[in-house]
Amino acid sequence: MGIALTTLRSFHGGVHPADNKSLSAHRPIERLPLPKMLYVPLHQHLGTPCEPCVKPGDKVLKGDLIGEAQGFVSVPVHAPTSGTVLEIKQHTVGHPSGFTMLCVVIEPDGRDMWRSDLVGIKTPLQVDPSEIKKKIQEAGIVGLGGATFPSHIKMSPPKGKVVSLLLINGVECEPYLTCDARLMQERAREIVLGITIMMHALQTKECVIGIEANKPMAISAMRKVVDEFQQIKVAVLPVMYPQGAEKQLIEVVTGRQVPSGGLPIDVGVIVHNVATAVAIREAVEFGRPLISRLVTVTGKGVKSTANLEVLLGTPVQDLINFCGGLTYKTKKVIMGGPMMGTALHNLEAPVVKGTSGILALTSDETTFQQKEQNCIRCGSCLKVCPIRLMPCEMAWHSKHENLDALKEYNLFDCIECGSCAFVCPAHIPLVHYFRFGKISILAQKQADQAKQKVKERSQRKEARIAKEEAEKERKKAEMKAQSDARKAQAAMTAAQQTAESKPSETAKAETPVSQEAPTSGGTISEDDDKSVRAARAAKAAAAARAAKEARDAKTDAN
Amino acid sequence: MIEAVLSISGMALAAGLGLGFAAKKFQVESDPIAVQLVAVLPGSNCGSCGYPGCQAYADALASGGVAINLCSPGGKATMELLASLLGVTPMAMSDEDLGPVLAVIDENNCIGCTACIKACPVDAIIGANKQSHTVIATECTACKACLEPCPVNCITMTPVKQTLYNWSWSKPSGPKMLH
Amino acid sequence: MSQPKFLTSSSPHIHGDNSIAKIMETVILALLPASALSVILFGWPALLVILITVISCMATESIILRIRKRESLLSDRSAALTGLLLALTLPPQVPWWVCVVGGVFAMLIGKQLYGGLGSNIFNPALIARVFLLISFPVELTSWPPPVPLFFENALTLMQSVQIIFHGGHLGVPALVDAVTSATPLGQYRMQVSLGQTVQEALGGSYGFDYFNALGGYMSGSLGETSALLLTAGGIYLLFKKVITWHIPVSMLIGCLLPATILNQMNPGTYPDALFHLVTGGLLLGAFFMATDMVTSPVTPKGQIIFGLSCGFLTYAIRTWGGYPEGVSFAIVIMNIAVPLIDQYTKPAIYGRRLKKA
Repeated sequence: MGIALTTLRSFHGGVHPADNKSLSAHRPIERLPLPKMLYVPLHQHLGTPCEPCVKPGDKVLKGDLIGEAQGFVSVPVHAPTSGTVLEIKQHTVGHPSGFTMLCVVIEPDGRDMWRSDLVGIKTPLQVDPSEIKKKIQEAGIVGLGGATFPSHIKMSPPKGKVVSLLLINGVECEPYLTCDARLMQERAREIVLGITIMMHALQTKECVIGIEANKPMAISAMRKVVDEFQQIKVAVLPVMYPQGAEKQLIEVVTGRQVPSGGLPIDVGVIVHNVATAVAIREAVEFGRPLISRLVTVTGKGVKSTANLEVLLGTPVQDLINFCGGLTYKTKKVIMGGPMMGTALHNLEAPVVKGTSGILALTSDETTFQQKEQNCIRCGSCLKVCPIRLMPCEMAWHSKHENLDALKEYNLFDCIECGSCAFVCPAHIPLVHYFRFGKISILAQKQADQAKQKVKERSQRKEARIAKEEAEKERKKAEMKAQSDARKAQAAMTAAQQTAESKPSETAKAETPVSQEAPTSGGTISEDDDKSVRAARAAKAAAAARAAKEARDAKTDAN
Repeated sequence: MIEAVLSISGMALAAGLGLGFAAKKFQVESDPIAVQLVAVLPGSNCGSCGYPGCQAYADALASGGVAINLCSPGGKATMELLASLLGVTPMAMSDEDLGPVLAVIDENNCIGCTACIKACPVDAIIGANKQSHTVIATECTACKACLEPCPVNCITMTPVKQTLYNWSWSKPSGPKMLH
Repeated sequence: MSQPKFLTSSSPHIHGDNSIAKIMETVILALLPASALSVILFGWPALLVILITVISCMATESIILRIRKRESLLSDRSAALTGLLLALTLPPQVPWWVCVVGGVFAMLIGKQLYGGLGSNIFNPALIARVFLLISFPVELTSWPPPVPLFFENALTLMQSVQIIFHGGHLGVPALVDAVTSATPLGQYRMQVSLGQTVQEALGGSYGFDYFNALGGYMSGSLGETSALLLTAGGIYLLFKKVITWHIPVSMLIGCLLPATILNQMNPGTYPDALFHLVTGGLLLGAFFMATDMVTSPVTPKGQIIFGLSCGFLTYAIRTWGGYPEGVSFAIVIMNIAVPLIDQYTKPAIYGRRLKKA
């Protein structure tokens, strides 16, 4: 009936990294105690950053708006607990650069009190879908799998597009991570309630929950709940990374491929993460915004592992402390999964909406002493690429900055899943090369645009100056014409006068004088102007000198 | 013997004619070098290279003997493009160590003389007479044309601040060498 | 911004345990049974040829890398592998200096001058073999018949040293039968060109026997010996996923299909496919030479085109060319076309097939 296939397809390539999920899979979900301080970044989603709408000193309640969404591709940020806004400042976040971002610093008051006016929709399956979408947008919900794409956009398919299938992503193909598995195991009913709401909002009749076969507990828990619903099915997928990538999951379940540069809706599918389903249910039924998420803390570098429910804005250090701290062998701390996550510079970075895990990897777990060698063209990367790109060629062109060739090899179709770099026998950091290539192409595009703009602006200025010159010329000519006319008038009057009283010789003698007078007057005034300006400049320069001396003196004193 | 000489000469003649014909027939029209050069230059005619405009610098480059690192708004990227067009080895930029820079006006010392506004080739400085001026950061091309006219030397070239949003991945270092 | 406390390299943060050294070791391992058999069949000289070639390759590589100021990568085993492959293409009693010249040529001209591992256009072992064959045709085409180790008439180690280091078997005439015999392919070409049929050429006094050929008991290069052991090595590589089926299978088809067709049309002039399969270097070429990663296409489609072309060229040279054996020429010629093949066989990218529809 629906578009989901009864026999699953497979996608091209893929890899089988050691999943290491047993490190934390047995840990039940725990709530992390209230941290001392929260650093809530104002840009936790894909799209335009938020503008802060609180100021230092403000008291906030749990769920209060602290960052306003800017435009449609943006979502608001809410206070994760009740407390006081101390400041709004630049703070380190989980970004590969290690740079800072504007964060709202909140000191919790310990009461953890929700704002009182939160209202949900009691009967979500009977209201108009637009009301549900509004709730989702207001709650600041984004894809919790890690891509952080605003959910309300996915819930609003363009007119004319029919959503035939709602695909729920419980694949969790990244090694180490277990929070989605625990969520399915412990809160299956909440997920399914979220799914029913989404199906109503999208007016979809079919839903498939994709789960990899290495999570038997999650599968049985989900099956138990799903049995009550005819339109929802659980699909058990063979383990293969990157099956949890949207495009690959769609191919496996429906056999369809999302067109390059297109969206899943182009093949009639919408994909949501299991954790997003729970967040949507919370938002719609209780009106609660997204202020916390599940995070797996794992890796051989932490003393003990955990699956934690963490308030957004909690520093990673707090999570690590809760798990007993790092061992001295820790070489890398990663926010997200080991294949696509971001390496942290330090532990001050806060947990954000896209943080699915905090991994502390030791030297024997991570790539740390492997040296890049020359490509031997073994073709392993082609075999594993889920997009069927030619990673070895792309890396070569990126290394040599052949940007046009990179575009020809469709660099921008790369999803940066890391499969190629995982298998590369020469240890080439292929994904790093692709990121460098992508950024170089974007920079080139920007530079070209900027150059175009510079040309336009300088041409505009030249044109303006030319116009001003022309205007001046015209005015001069006008003045001259006027003065000529005046002179002619004067001459005529004089002539008339002489004609009346004096001989014509005097008139001739007088004319040059009257001609000279305005000219010399003009020169004087110009000289005057110049001297005034010189005096002014001298004065200013003296003032500047004085100021400079004062500054120097101050520096010396320091 | 004679046949051999004749046949080889005949083949050489035929091949030569063929090549000559192909050279004429399939010749690819290319722009004169000065036109290509001027397309690479920023086109703001700021004069920071010491020539009265981009066209003049391009002409000078085309006639040879001129350093290719004089265009400071274009920076290293432009210098490299010039080098590849002219087939010469890239040179170091004089202020390369600073990275991308912008003109910044010290507003406490600005006397509002509008001299820099008149000098800016891209209208990137705003301000009125006797009021402190400001550089529009997104429009500044770092051509330094405003430095000279300022009577109080309150304009400095300041490195562009690196943020999360303009940060970029560096190029991987590649296979290691011994030294 | 403060100094990061941890490593901050780009994702992915984990790596499979594959490495260049592992790949090379696997290939060497796959070649060992066939190499060992060649030593057993041809005696000590074969061992000396293999050792001299491998050592000269490794020495050349390490000297050049030192000069190029690159880290010494002997640990990646690629020089050793090239040496072994080159040795396997040489006749069993070739003089020492041929081995050394071949090894130096393979590493210097064939590999490092192009920029080292990964940058060479031609398979270094094969380009060296082609160079040797053109430069020293006599040494490269003297085929002593197999005399297995420890059998009657077998060469002692001292005799072998003398043969390899003191100018061939002519230097020790009293000790050794200075006979050479044609390889099966050579015999077939020679006699057929003289007007005999295939059956007459290979039968009779020459006594070609398929069973002996499968076991490697015939004249030929060190690596042209046992079809069975070479195939076993190839299957091991397939099993270890070092190579894929595309090149070997298509190369065998490229050679054996025309062989079958022409044999059906005229069995007197054209030997059958099995003869082509078990004689000469076809199996060595198909499993170990054409599949050299650096010098073969990376796309599956390209690999099939490459394999078919190599196979067909091999057959064409064997049947109509100036040399009785054509595997090395065929592969070297096709090596040139690899970048072009890759360029035109880019795989269909996810989500781009549909755009046309």
